[in-house]
Order: sequence, then C-alpha cells, then structure tokens
Amino acid sequence: MTELSARLRPDPARSHGIPIAVLAEITHRCPLQCPYCSNPVELERASAELSTEEWLRVLGEIADLGVLQLHFSGGEPLARRDLETLVARAAALDLYTNLITSAVTLTEARLDALAHAGLDHVQISVQSVEDALATRIGGLRGALERKRAAAAWVRARDLPLTLNAVMHRQNLHELPEMIEMALDLGAARLEVANVQYYGWALRNRAALMPTPDQIDTASKVVDAARARLHGRLVIDYVEPDYYAARPKPCMGGWGRQVFNISPSGKVLPCHAAESIAGLSFDSVRDHSLAWIWDHSKVMNRYRGTDWMPEPCRSCAHKHDDWGGCRCQAAALLGDGGATDPACAFSPRHAEVFEAALAFSEGSDRYTYRDFSGGTPEPGG
Amino acid sequence: MTPDSRPALPRFVKLRFDRARDTWLLLAPERILIPDEIAVEVLKLCDGKATLAAIAATLAARYDAPEPEILSDVTAMLADLEAKGFLRDREAA
Ligand SMILES: C[S@@+](CC[C@H](N)C(=O)[O-])C[C@H]1O[C@@H](n2cnc3c(N)ncnc32)[C@H](O)[C@@H]1O
Ligand code: SF4
Ligand code: SF4
Repeated sequence: MTELSARLRPDPARSHGIPIAVLAEITHRCPLQCPYCSNPVELERASAELSTEEWLRVLGEIADLGVLQLHFSGGEPLARRDLETLVARAAALDLYTNLITSAVTLTEARLDALAHAGLDHVQISVQSVEDALATRIGGLRGALERKRAAAAWVRARDLPLTLNAVMHRQNLHELPEMIEMALDLGAARLEVANVQYYGWALRNRAALMPTPDQIDTASKVVDAARARLHGRLVIDYVEPDYYAARPKPCMGGWGRQVFNISPSGKVLPCHAAESIAGLSFDSVRDHSLAWIWDHSKVMNRYRGTDWMPEPCRSCAHKHDDWGGCRCQAAALLGDGGATDPACAFSPRHAEVFEAALAFSEGSDRYTYRDFSGGTPEPGG
Repeated sequence: MTPDSRPALPRFVKLRFDRARDTWLLLAPERILIPDEIAVEVLKLCDGKATLAAIAATLAARYDAPEPEILSDVTAMLADLEAKGFLRDREAA
C-alpha cells in the first residue's frame, strides 16, 4: 500500500491540490508557559476566538474541501468547553480527529466524553522526564504527574497515543529516558521534536539552542532506539533547525497539503506564518475556506516553485523540500522569499551555523510564554 | 495471523471511500494509506467475526481462484498490517 503523501507528486499543471490536514488552533489560552512554545508572541485573546457556531460551520467547510485529518491544537484545546461538540461534529463529517494536548487539565470524565464524541487519536506533550525540570520548563507544578495519569487513561480506553517531546539544550540529556517513558506510558509513537525556532522559541533561542555535540549524540540515540524498538515504538525525529545541511520540506510545501486556522479564524499556510512581515491573512469570518484555499493572496504567495529565487530555482531538490521554511527565511534573513538559510546551498548558511554556535553558549534563563508579552525567569 | 484469526480494524483505523480524491483510503494515526483494489476487498471482509479461512474462501469463490494461494496471500497482507498496528486479531484478544 502506498502512502497518500507519496502519491502527491507535483503536478506541473497545478500549483496545489486538495488539502489533507488542518491544524485547528482553537484557542491560545493555556495553563502552561513553555518557553519553546511555537505560538506567536502576540497571542489572541479569548474574546477574539471563533464561537462554537462559527467552528461548526467551518468544520463543514473543511470536510467539503476534502480534508481528511483534523488536529485540534492551540494553546490548550481543552481550555475550550465546546471541544467535545467540535470533535463530535468533525467525527460525524468523517474527519480523522487528533487531540494535541498538554493534558494537564484532562480528567477521566472529559476523556470519556471526547472518546464518545469519536476522537481517534491523542498526542500528549511532555517537557521532561523529571518532575523538577518539567515544572521549571512548563511553569506548572505537578504537570508531569498529571500527564502520566492522562496517558494511562488514554491507553485504558484503547485510544492510540503519541508522546511529543520538544527537545532542546536543557533536556536533550534525557533523551534515552524519554524513550523509556514513551514505552512505559504505552505510546505507539514518540515524536522527538527538536525545537523549531519561531514564536516564543525564537525569543528563547539562547536558552534552548543545543550544542552540535548534543545533536550528534541525539541522532545516535534515536538510531539505536529505532533498531531496538522496531515494531514496538515508532520514533519520529524532527531534525534540528540551524544545524542541518538541507532544509525541512516545511508543511510539505506552502499551501500544498495543510493549513492552519488561528483562534480568531485567520487561515495560515503554517502556524508560524504570521511571523513573516508584510503578509495579511484572510479569515473564515470573511470568506469561505474553499475561496481562501484557492485564491487568497497569502496561500498563493509561496505556492509551487514560481516564487523561488536562486539557488532554489535551478535546484534539483526544489520539488522535495520546496525551498525550506519561509518563516525561517523571514526570521533569519528578514526575507520570507529567500532560500531557507538552513540549506547548505544558501549563501547565508554559514552565518546561521555560526549564530547557532553562539546561541548554544547562551544563558539558560527562560522567558515564559504568557499574555503579557513574556515573563523572564526569576534569578539567573 | 492464522486461519482461525478473526481480523478486524481497530476503532481508530478507518477504511473509507474518499469522494474528493475518488479513491479508497485507510486512515490511521498520522498516516494515510491507499489500499489497492484487492486490499479493499479483503479489508471490507475483516469484520472481527469472519475467520481468515472464511475470508479466503469467500475471495476464492468470488475470483474463482485457488483457495490455498489466496489464504497465503491474504495472511501475508494482513500480518503486515497487524505489525503496523492497523489490524487486530479478535481471536487473540
Ligand atoms: C503549540 S502546542 C499546542 C498544544 C498543547 N498545548 C501542547 O503543548 O501539547 C502543539 C505541539 O507543538 C509542540 N511544540 C510547541 N512548540 C514547539 C516548537 N518550538 N518546536 C517544535 N514543536 C513545538 C508541542 O509540544 C505540541 O506537541
Ligand atoms: S507548547 Fe506549552 S505553552 Fe505552548 S500551547 Fe503547548 S503547553 Fe501551552
Ligand atoms: S537550494 Fe532551495 S531547493 Fe535546493 S536544497 Fe536548498 S532550499 Fe532546497
């Protein structure tokens, strides 16, 4: 059987096709304050959020577009009381539903309601395998214990579980234990996600950037664990930004397979796209999703390959990585339309590597994610 | 998987026809597979009640093909899906 994504080879006649997945960031509210959070630094307030009725309409439009998977994320999606209602509608529309959660506010009753509503999969994120460090990173005491309990409830209901571990300089030493914890908790999949530097993470680069040695060790640990745990645990490894030689095929290409809806209904090609200066986004409040997907200026801005500068334009890899990440190009070079400097062919690649080395020797002190523009960690 | 197995899709794996793309799909956590025609026929019979032997017999009759070969093909295909976590044996559970 082939993977659907493998069937989606570029069709020269079309710049985009039918989207596969949508990331619904239904709220930016969150009980945690992770300094690595990929949410925008300017968080959207509860008063700006789409209403239940608006979401129910949008879910119908999502299904009509031919979308297959719906990821409920945020912020903390459990912060919305109507999550069960939204999951039930998505399930009724035959969407494959995934809950991406920190799980600290999950209860058994709520999980029952979500499972009953038709939830298909749960992804729980963890900050650390150790209580004190988990508390320091997430800013909430006892978070790790709650996550462990939540994972057990998920498994007890025969829901498939993915564990997501965002890794950085201050927790990469825990990677072997993290893999053990994933097994312990009954996860079928572990996402070892090296921090991607946008939103709050970009702000916290100096406190998060790993050293090249750490990354070397991490890839070896992952390789060994994959071989040892074949058939028991799938390990997805998200390559680190800045140290790679080739860029990530970010979002599988801008406006090609997936899009994101912000709490207030803005449609974004990826969840960090707002960090690119000069783009303005269309909202589900003003247009149909079908129109936005096909015609919005932002969706078409970096679609396909026509927008590409050199060295991408004449590069053999352009249909594999689509020129890398636009947000990274914008963040590092101030130009969302440049070749991702994570690429070794970028004339600016060396600078990025040097910058990473400098950040990796930075201060460990965090700036926490919150609605007041960030709070520095005390002391330090 | 043995001839006595009663294969079934777990609740979180879904076989469905996708009108937008005009194809059958197998939806699983973080993965979407495109089953070929034969796989679709087999998976539709995996209801957790029919044994693998019965499924092979049904297919053999439907396609007028030798049953032992069908059984071994179907077993291999379903064992592969089971290893990926996309299929379960109700008999074993
Ligand atoms: C922004 S969170 C929202 C959902 C929920 N609050 C949680 O943390 O699980 C979505 C997912 O992205 C991960 N994540 C957050 N910031 C990230 C970053 N800078 N790089 C990579 N993954 C990140 C989280 O661990 C989580 O799995
Ligand atoms: S990554 Fe952390 S701070 Fe960001 S939304 Fe998830 S739990 Fe909240
Ligand atoms: S030059 Fe552009 S297309 Fe080629 S590998 Fe680098 S980012 Fe990808």
